[in-house]
Amino acid sequence: MSDQDITGVAATSFTDEETQILKILVDMIIPASDEYSLPGAADAVIFADILATAEARHGPVCAALSALDELARESQDNGFTALDLDQRDGLVVEFRRLHPAAADLLATITVQCYYRDDRVMRALDMETRPPFPAGFTVDQGDWSLLNPVRGRPEFYRKAP
Amino acid sequence: MTEQPIDVLIIGAGASGAAMAWSLAETRMRIVCLEQGDMMKPANYPSAGRDWEARSQAEFSISPNQRQLPVDYPIAEEGSPIKVANFNGVGGGTVLYAGHFPRFHPSDFHVKSLDGVADDWPVDYATLAPHYAENDRMMGVAGLPGDPAYPGDNAKRMPPLPLGKTGEALAKGFNKLNWHWWPSDTAITTEPYDGRDKCINLGACLSGCAQGAKASTDITYWPHAMRAGVELRTRCRVREITVDEDGMATGVIYYDGDGVEHALQAHVVVLACNGVGTPRILLNSKSIAFPDGLANSSGLVGKNLMFHPYASIMGVFDEQLDGYKGPNKCIRSQEFYETDTTRDFVRGYTLEIVRGFGPVSTAISGLQRNKIPWGAGHHRAFRSLFNHVAGMVAICEDLPEEHNRVTLDPDLKDSDGIPAPRINYTLSQNSLKMMEHAIARGSEVLRAAGAHDIFTQAPISYGGWHLMGTARMGTDPARSVVNEWGRSHDVKNLFVIDGSIFVTSAGVNPTRTIQALALYIAEQMKQRLANLFD
Repeated sequence: MSDQDITGVAATSFTDEETQILKILVDMIIPASDEYSLPGAADAVIFADILATAEARHGPVCAALSALDELARESQDNGFTALDLDQRDGLVVEFRRLHPAAADLLATITVQCYYRDDRVMRALDMETRPPFPAGFTVDQGDWSLLNPVRGRPEFYRKAP
Repeated sequence: MTEQPIDVLIIGAGASGAAMAWSLAETRMRIVCLEQGDMMKPANYPSAGRDWEARSQAEFSISPNQRQLPVDYPIAEEGSPIKVANFNGVGGGTVLYAGHFPRFHPSDFHVKSLDGVADDWPVDYATLAPHYAENDRMMGVAGLPGDPAYPGDNAKRMPPLPLGKTGEALAKGFNKLNWHWWPSDTAITTEPYDGRDKCINLGACLSGCAQGAKASTDITYWPHAMRAGVELRTRCRVREITVDEDGMATGVIYYDGDGVEHALQAHVVVLACNGVGTPRILLNSKSIAFPDGLANSSGLVGKNLMFHPYASIMGVFDEQLDGYKGPNKCIRSQEFYETDTTRDFVRGYTLEIVRGFGPVSTAISGLQRNKIPWGAGHHRAFRSLFNHVAGMVAICEDLPEEHNRVTLDPDLKDSDGIPAPRINYTLSQNSLKMMEHAIARGSEVLRAAGAHDIFTQAPISYGGWHLMGTARMGTDPARSVVNEWGRSHDVKNLFVIDGSIFVTSAGVNPTRTIQALALYIAEQMKQRLANLFD
């Protein structure tokens, strides 16, 4: 969404630590791209949307972030935010393997917010608006393709 | 304070309840419909917001267990590989359906006679034909006459939905194989119709049509029924149907939105709550006279649940397709619809083309299938799929089996404390073989259309859109719950008019037939008013 759309988003109830873990993770899911001139999911506007959206599922999101952080502490003796890039990469692979539903939840929230950002939509040649009320145009297509079927005899079974 | 008894009480304001209410309104009887959900506000549908895909996976999810709205009831469904899809609100399932609107075929009513399985229906295509036509007029149907897979009909249709890039690509594939395809009959307006504007290709049919082009009954039947005097009460959840010492229904006990219990007496009670909600109420309506639940002397209430196992067959195309633009449906194939004795299964299926997906659905599907990675490769992989994925679903005929059933869960209850339904369902060997065949043929047509990287799912786990068979109709009281015109064999002022009464499921979406049956039953009731309970 645009900056204007998220103005006034209330502060979330996530702790600073949870917020930091989530920000690092969403950046790992969708990083910025120079090739396509795209922001990453940790971009300030997009991340604010992600946080606000995650708030609606606060319990499961906190549980997912906690699972990720606990995994870091078990395997690396350090919280997730303290790991270096290589350590995080390896840990996230393990997180997705051990906690697929938690990983899916966080990824789903991330893409839900990422793909409604103005900059991302424009880069995909999408209009930055909801479907309604303007709608879209769909080509009629080539109806002459139906001609071979029109010539086919009826083939349904008759009732006894 | 107890209300004065009303003439007809309809439970459920969805596809069939709306049709019944409208049809009976001309009798000038006092008719009340109780609906546990709310009146819909199309301006609030997801497609009116930028977050439309997210909302379609949340409060507009097809799964009541995912929505968990106050108007929803939970369903214990861990015993089924196919999960229930429904919607509780005025319009019922038609609020979220795709609007794919085929009729049954003549052969679908004669499964036993033709193929030696299941049972024949006590009604046939010819009996329902005028009611199909009447329903088409009320709902508004777009399509094209002349389909060789069907008998000719005189239905007035609006022009079909556009083929678009997706329909054109798939049509070429079918033509290469010399297989049947035809533009889908859809309950979607392609020109202004009965006060509704035409489809503008919002692409979000499955989460409610903000344009009002898709025929959900809150905007088709209900305005007409209410103008004719039918009273529609929302946020009224029925707990049970009450009976007197003669075994006749006397009305219902229901809870309002505040959880306050009410009794409403009626001379006639009509159940229109779908193939799960209807047996739930009947089984919850136990009494001394009906210890196993109401209308259940056959023991068949809740049994013979049919879903339509769905297989999904999708592929990636090099060219850009329609993606998120346009109604989900455009064309269908019934090349493999009728029984072919050379196959290892009986009956058949319809292939419904799926036009495409929005960006969020594309991303989630790609992530789940490991076709879109986390990290730097995300963007390139996403672009290779966005607006490039299309395909079809196969809607397979499900045959009735008594062990597939709806019962009451001993522990799970809704917010009013009413026991929730439990689903136990297994896929038959016939269904498994049919889905396997559909995946093979669907993959073939996708390859012929130029697709690659084909991916499939069978069954679609959250694809229990069609709920049928759990209060089947028939002439034998030992083998059916209602008679050939929808009246309970056991309770002579109790009617069932939803998909529960289906004897078999056919291999097409059921809504058009559910509504034609509801209109047929309403007609039977009107013709027999003088001796309705004899």
